[in-house]
Parts: sequence; C-alpha cells; structure tokens
Amino acid sequence: MIKIVITVIGKDKPGIIYKISQELAKVKVNILDVSQTIMQEMFTMMMLADISHTSVEFLYLKQNLIAIGKELGVQINVQREEIFNEMAKI
Amino acid sequence: MEKSQIIETIRMVRDEHLDIRTITLGLSLLDCVSDNPKKAASNIYEKITHKAQNIVQISQNIEEEYGIPITNKRISVTPISLLVGQTPSEEMIIYAQALDKAGKAVGVDFIGGYSALVQKGMTNGDKNLIASLPQVLTETKILNASVNIGSTKAGINLDAVSFMSKTIKRISKIKAEGNAKLVVFANAVEDNPFMAGAFHGISEGENFINIGISGPGVVKSAIKRLPETASIDQLCQTIKKTAFKITRLGQFIGSEAAKRLGYPFGIVDLSLAPTPARGDSVAEVLEAMGLEKVGTHGTTAALMMLNDAVKKGGVMASLRVGGLSGAFIPVSEDAGMIDSARDKTLNIDKLEAMTAVCSVGLDMVAVPGEIPSTTIAAIIADEAAIGVQNNKTTAVRILPIPGGKVGDTYSLGGLLGNALIMPYHQAKSDVLIKRGGFIPAPIHSFKN
Repeated sequence: MIKIVITVIGKDKPGIIYKISQELAKVKVNILDVSQTIMQEMFTMMMLADISHTSVEFLYLKQNLIAIGKELGVQINVQREEIFNEMAKI
Repeated sequence: MEKSQIIETIRMVRDEHLDIRTITLGLSLLDCVSDNPKKAASNIYEKITHKAQNIVQISQNIEEEYGIPITNKRISVTPISLLVGQTPSEEMIIYAQALDKAGKAVGVDFIGGYSALVQKGMTNGDKNLIASLPQVLTETKILNASVNIGSTKAGINLDAVSFMSKTIKRISKIKAEGNAKLVVFANAVEDNPFMAGAFHGISEGENFINIGISGPGVVKSAIKRLPETASIDQLCQTIKKTAFKITRLGQFIGSEAAKRLGYPFGIVDLSLAPTPARGDSVAEVLEAMGLEKVGTHGTTAALMMLNDAVKKGGVMASLRVGGLSGAFIPVSEDAGMIDSARDKTLNIDKLEAMTAVCSVGLDMVAVPGEIPSTTIAAIIADEAAIGVQNNKTTAVRILPIPGGKVGDTYSLGGLLGNALIMPYHQAKSDVLIKRGGFIPAPIHSFKN
C-alpha cells in the first residue's frame, strides 16, 4: 500500500469532500480515512488514501487536486504519508 | 492517521519556513587528475555532469511527493589544489570554468571545493589556487572556494592568513560579491554540505549524499508558544524536541535521496541556517529566548544553550551526524542580525564572542573597502585562534565594500541578503601580522 495524505486548509464550504473524492475515484485512489479539525481558526480536512492501484503519476494526481483547491478557494496539499510518521518517530 | 502530527508538519512548512536547506552530493575528483590541465578539466566536467545528472530532478521529485521544500541542490568536490600539480595560477581558471559549467549543466545552485588546505604549509598547487581566486571568483557564477589556514593539530599558518587577506582585498576591488563565495577556515570539516565552505574531504569515499537541515523559524515558534516564565530547562527541552523532528526530516529526505540516486548517505548537518526572510532568523530565536536585541549581554549564553540543545536533539534523530552542526550567524542573511547591527547592538567584537560557542564564525560581515589587509588578516587570525584553541571549526567570510561607509547597505541578492557595512577597529595590527610564520599548535593538541 502506498499511502498519501491530502490536506485541505481554508474556508469550509459544501462540496469539498465530494469534489476531491470524485477525482480520487476517477483514478482508482482508495480513501482510507477522513478527518477534520480547526487549525488556527482555519478549517482543515485530512484524508488518508491508498494510491497503489492508480494508473496515474503522483504528480498528475497532485496537480489535479491542487487545481480543484484553486477552484474552491482552499489550499490543498498532497504528500506521501511517511513524512508525517518519520518526523515524530523515535 | 495521526492528526496532530499532520497538522504540526503542515504548519511548520506553511508558516514557519521549514525546509531542507540543501541536498549536497559530495564527489571525489581524485581520478580526474592529469598532467595536462585541459584534459583534467575535461575529466572533471565529464565526471560531474555524469554523476550529478539526476540530482536536481530527483530532489524535485522528493520535494513534490513529500511536500517539503528543498531549497538548494549542491555539489561538493575534492579540494581542487590536490589535482592541479604544476598548473600556473593564470591557467587555474580552466579548472574553475569546468566546475562552474558542470554545475550549471546539471542545474545545481552551487558547487564547492575550489579549495586548499594550507594549515601546515603551502604546496605550489595551493599557492597557485589562492593566487587565482580573484579571477576565479569574479569570473565564475556558482563556484565556491575555501581555504583552511589553521587547525588544532597544526596551529595557524600566519603567512597563509596574510596571503588570504590580500586576496580578499584584491577580489573586493574587482567585484565585492566575489568574497561571498570565499570562506577562510580553521579546523575545516570534510563533509560539510553548506556553502561557501563545502568540499569533499580527502578521507571521504567516492561519493556521498549529505544533508543540511534548517528550521530557525520552527524553533522560534516552539519557544514562542512557551510562556515567558518558562524556565531555561523547559526552553532547552523544547528546543531539543523540535531539533529532533527537524533532523528526522533531514534523515528521511537524505536517505530517500541517497536511495534514489544510488549513492551512500553520508551525514546530516545539524545546523540552524537562516535565510533573509523574516521569521527564518537565528537572531529571532535568540530574541524569543528572552533578549531584547541579539548582540546584547546574554547573547553568548543564549546561543551556547541553543547550539547545544539543537545538537542534543538532533544526534539521536540521525544515523550519522557531521558537517558543521551548529547555529549559523551570517549577518547579511539574517534579518534579525541586520536589525541589531544597524542599531549597533551587534558588532564584530560580539559576533566574535558568539563564534566561540556556535558553528562557523564571522560570516557575511561587510566592512568599508578601505580596511587594511593586515586588519583583515588580524580578524581571520582572531577567529582561527578561537577555533584552534577550542577544537572547533571557525571561519571568516568578510566582504570589504569599495566606497562603502559604515551603516550603508549593500545588496547581494537572493539567499545572500543585504549586507550592512559594519565598523572595525582603527588601531592597527600590522606589526603582529607582518611577523609571519606559524602560531604553534596549542599544548592540549598533543594527546598521544
């Protein structure tokens, strides 16, 4: 399994999860977990997904998601999951 | 999915300038040697463009996939004075251009290693390399040079110090910025990934990927989240924990880069390296610790604690630590340092004291162009004395600015920032410097 974390930071509005999950489904990326919180007064949504069955390149997926973010007026980051674990692990 | 870890990392990158300062490929050029300088230069060009062809692309891929900025990609090579044999100084530019062109061809930001190690004496190659520096540093773009003039084992080569001070003056008369690419070291390290002083030491292997971490903004924000009443012990713990995380990042990105490039992973350099951006400043970390202005009384103590805590936190996070490992205090590259220098809270004397407890030394300090070369030599000798006596690396990267007056600003551009021209003591040191010879190694260097 190759896991990625998609984070959405910005003003909450209807359709964010819908648009992202639609894009992920299109390229066979499986969503494993979704969670949301408030970070410094900003809405933050985090999504854990598996990209091992997708046929598209990581960069292509990332650029598409960033474009969706621009459309919605939110900042979308797409990162491989290991980085978050590595930084905190002893 | 650990929500708090994700949020913390995103915040560090987005708001606190967290980045990997550099991925540096260390490359041995010893097998490029030839009795024909043109042939050697062509060997150098071929080797670098072949071995480093993927470093920029792979670094960019890692940057994209993990969402961590990698600010610079660099190459460090074997000290060039070891390869040049009898090449006269006027022809040394052949090597420099080969290095500069090769670096540009593969797209790295800097290439370091136009270097000589002269702490115990100068070979003909060393002399020719130093003599060529004014031409080389003003005619090449991304090539960096360094000269080691002292070590705890060998003492200080005062003749080399004088030679370097005259060279710095010559460079400044052609192009003041040239000196931003030249560092004069005592106890230079062989695996330093940071510029201007990176070179691939003689005891290193064929090639290594070395990582320089950064993160003063992250440390500052962590300290700022503590109340002003938090004890110094709590501060220390916070810095250690933060340094651990930053270093883990360096360790991870470095091992990933090494794996993808197919080279062994060398070291993580645990240095807090500032950039001219506000919020990415070592001065601001020290001020967050409780100083009104960096340079005031207490600065050396705060810096000593910061430097030590960064190392203690980082050592456990990394497989192998090396390079300079400590806080950098390059004046022009740190917005907080410039502010303090402008209102005279920070001067060369205080900076010198600070270098006794952190890595490197008088770094990116601009002075009026009329400074006598013997005064530059004395400044270098003072720094070298601190390093040699205390078993640590020290360095001088000084920029005499022709026509510049104390208090003027001189723009260097990019990561080098804006240099504020600082005063030096008018009382002369020329008799001491002109004595020449060697300052012997300190007694405690004889350990066998």
